[in-house]
Amino acid sequence: MIEARGLCKRFHDKKRGEIRAVDNVSFRCEPGKIYGLLGANGAGKTTTLRMLATILEPTDGTALVCGYDVVEQPEKVRANVGFLSTATALYPRLTAQEMVEYFGRLNGIDEVTLKKRVDDIFTRLDMNEFRDRRCDKLSTGMKQKTSIARTLVHDPPVMIFDEPTTGLDVMTARTIISFISDCRSQGKTVIFSTHIMSEVERLCDNIGIIHDGKLLAEGTLPHLRDNYREHDLEEIIVKVVGPRFANSEA
Amino acid sequence: MNFKAVGIVYRKELTEWLRDRRTLISTVLVPLLMFPILISGMISVSSILLGNAKKEIPKVMIIEGDDSPDVLKALHGIKDLQFVPYAENWRDQITDKEIRAAVRIPKGFQASLQNGNSQTVEIYYYEGEIKSEFGAEHVEKSLTEYKDTIVAGRLKAEDLSASVLSPFEIKKENTAPPEKVSGAGVGSFIGYMVIILSMTGAMYPAIDLTAGEKERGTMETILSSPVSRLELVLGKFLLVLSASLTTAILSVISMGSSFYFLGHSQAVASSGEHGLQMNLGWISILAVFLMALPLSVLFSAVLMTVALFAKTYKEAQSYLTPMTFVVVIPAIASVMPGVELSPKLALIPILNTSLVCKEIITGTYHWHSIMVIFASTCVYAAAAIFVAVKMFQRESVLFRS
Repeated sequence: MIEARGLCKRFHDKKRGEIRAVDNVSFRCEPGKIYGLLGANGAGKTTTLRMLATILEPTDGTALVCGYDVVEQPEKVRANVGFLSTATALYPRLTAQEMVEYFGRLNGIDEVTLKKRVDDIFTRLDMNEFRDRRCDKLSTGMKQKTSIARTLVHDPPVMIFDEPTTGLDVMTARTIISFISDCRSQGKTVIFSTHIMSEVERLCDNIGIIHDGKLLAEGTLPHLRDNYREHDLEEIIVKVVGPRFANSEA
Repeated sequence: MNFKAVGIVYRKELTEWLRDRRTLISTVLVPLLMFPILISGMISVSSILLGNAKKEIPKVMIIEGDDSPDVLKALHGIKDLQFVPYAENWRDQITDKEIRAAVRIPKGFQASLQNGNSQTVEIYYYEGEIKSEFGAEHVEKSLTEYKDTIVAGRLKAEDLSASVLSPFEIKKENTAPPEKVSGAGVGSFIGYMVIILSMTGAMYPAIDLTAGEKERGTMETILSSPVSRLELVLGKFLLVLSASLTTAILSVISMGSSFYFLGHSQAVASSGEHGLQMNLGWISILAVFLMALPLSVLFSAVLMTVALFAKTYKEAQSYLTPMTFVVVIPAIASVMPGVELSPKLALIPILNTSLVCKEIITGTYHWHSIMVIFASTCVYAAAAIFVAVKMFQRESVLFRS
């Protein structure tokens, strides 16, 4: 389970002064559910997800991931999280198998279990053909599969995806979407951010709309449709963000 | 701290490092091949030049001396010289390398000899030009022999023994052990090379494991794993240190082997020269490495810290390249003649290690200085590691945009 409690992140910029990248964001995501975080570029999605994955530390507030505090127990949190984004690249000089094994070992998995688990994941994701190929020689699709295998190797109960399909071709994106859906079926807690509305409509149980670091609207898709009297998710976002977007642009 | 995690990070970094072609070139091939190629190249070129210079029969001009036929006859009797007729522009001819030397016989030289007066014979040559120096040496040698003949004649005429001019002999003998003699020459260079190369050996992996990771996008990947920042930075640091030491060790092996084979080579032996002495003790070399170890730690930590600030590989290179001078200048200062270890210099990093290495190689062990230098460098190294760990924990450094 994920529970964000008043998460804040402030950065200092020499020209712009203090920037509130995330401002008092709270939400909750239960196991077996997918929470979608939507917003424009620079809205605060990536910063929020990075704080949940303990890559960044909150300036204020905190979050509980599987009962562990992201500020107090970051290593425990990371041991229970699989984090995937387009920015999480692979080590070019390791093979696909070595890459996955490396993260398995860092997660404290013993060698016997690791071998079994790696074999299982590689078979499940149809990766055996390129398991001994170096990551810098893999196609985009193969790289994404390897990244997925890397996040799965320690079988984390929580999965965090930051725009996982951005820049990918249709077939590779489908693999990712299918994988996210499988995570829910396995009872994992899933949170992901995206720009692609069809993915949200297809996958998300709950949606949070974020803008200027603030969580402006939250709920299920039917709930949001009722509240904003719009069927199309894109129109809902425009209604939620619209006035503020005009202000922030001004 | 989980040492197993540090080991896992180190092992992975080592695997990647060994698979990098650039690493093999900069850490293994360059130090291994640089010295044999440089030394054999220099020796070949100099032996070719020397050989050519020795083969040539130098052209020498005699200035005046018409009233000293015996002297001229003695000079013309030298086989390895070719005398050319006198010309007004003899100075220009030496400068233009048309002739190699000129010898001026003063007026009335032979008459002066007969009267027992002393006059000066002048030899003109082109200093620094090896063929001219050979020519001048030949002339000087022949004139000295002629002088000795005259002296012997005079002694005989007076019925005196040759020992009159040489009441006693003077003999110089070296009492310094061979390693000290070697250390004063080639050996002091080793300390300098160990320091420079342990720095250059650390530079590439320090960039690759910090700014390189940021640029490739793998930094965020590893930060999402349960490994702590402390374990991560230590694993990376150990790899940079390994690279630094590997480069230094391979360089010294390569340099030592080159000098060793050079000293024993047939070519040098047959030419009758002594060759370069390389009688350095292995204990001295081990001691140098021991002293250089904390310095390598210091270099590795400092280079990693600085490179971590950069967003890209190129940016890191531009930060680290000027740092080379910070290392080169004190290292060069230490091999300058007259720069000796003093209590104040013993606290200046790099310079202190370089100076103490020079002393160790010459077989001198000032234990007090060695301990002060080792301890102070360890303190600097520990401070550098502390700063590196702190920098790895700063988001503003890791995610600088």
